[in-house]
Amino acid sequence: MITKVTHMCVYVLDQDSAYDFYVNKLGFKVHTDAPMGPGARWLTVTPPEQPELEITLFPVKEGNMFDAETVRTMTGLVKRGIFGAAVFTCQDLMATYEELKGKGVEFKKAPTKEFYGYEALFKDDSGNWFSLSQLDTEK
Amino acid sequence: MEPEQYPKLYLYRRIVQAKLFIDSHYAERIDLTQIADEACFSRFHFSRLFKSSYGKTPHHYLTKVRMDNAQKLLAQGVPVSGVCFRVGFDSSTSFAALFKKHFGISPSVYQAGQQKKQVRIAANPLHAVPNCFAETYGWKKSNIQ
Repeated sequence: MITKVTHMCVYVLDQDSAYDFYVNKLGFKVHTDAPMGPGARWLTVTPPEQPELEITLFPVKEGNMFDAETVRTMTGLVKRGIFGAAVFTCQDLMATYEELKGKGVEFKKAPTKEFYGYEALFKDDSGNWFSLSQLDTEK
Repeated sequence: MEPEQYPKLYLYRRIVQAKLFIDSHYAERIDLTQIADEACFSRFHFSRLFKSSYGKTPHHYLTKVRMDNAQKLLAQGVPVSGVCFRVGFDSSTSFAALFKKHFGISPSVYQAGQQKKQVRIAANPLHAVPNCFAETYGWKKSNIQ
């Protein structure tokens, strides 16, 4: 029986820039930031109130997993916003939307009423998009 | 709920402004009156609106921000006495008591645990990575150390 998600992977185009976005803009906490040999780094962050879920910020760059062609393809797809990576929730979407917008986070969709509450969509610094929701049960 | 049409947008902006004030002034001696003034609200009204947006009273949120930053500083190896003053406390006794209440362990025990974790990762970074990722990316002990 599967019980929990402990790690998920978000492909980013630049780990330093992603660190700044997830930590300084979204307010996520750094879980592990460890060098993994020349040019490699294991960087995971957690949502502020979910310390058990590590989001791995994995760079799209040439190496064991990606050849040059794959890097080109992946970079194009990430930049074009093809990947929707996760759904986040918050207590109050309008307040969170205002705060993140003020910090320069780009929204694809402003807060909108949905049947389950409110939803907005934002992009990270690479181009991955996320849903940010306020469920009716939250307030 | 288009933001432009949202009737209480100005209220949200003031609440967010107060939250950001806490985020950037937690190390100073700030209190609820100062935070409410920053948002141009009466104390009671402000506290109610803030809790509705963030699920915590401004006072509890300020404590949380101080505790979160204390954790960061402790993990960086800053001495407990120094951390106390850098996150807005006057007394290390009240800081240590609140930290323990918040996280269930004392600041010094937390710091020792973090240092141990850092030593463990430095000695063998692969211990921080699930094996499936390490294998996929070709990370082996021999090419990391």
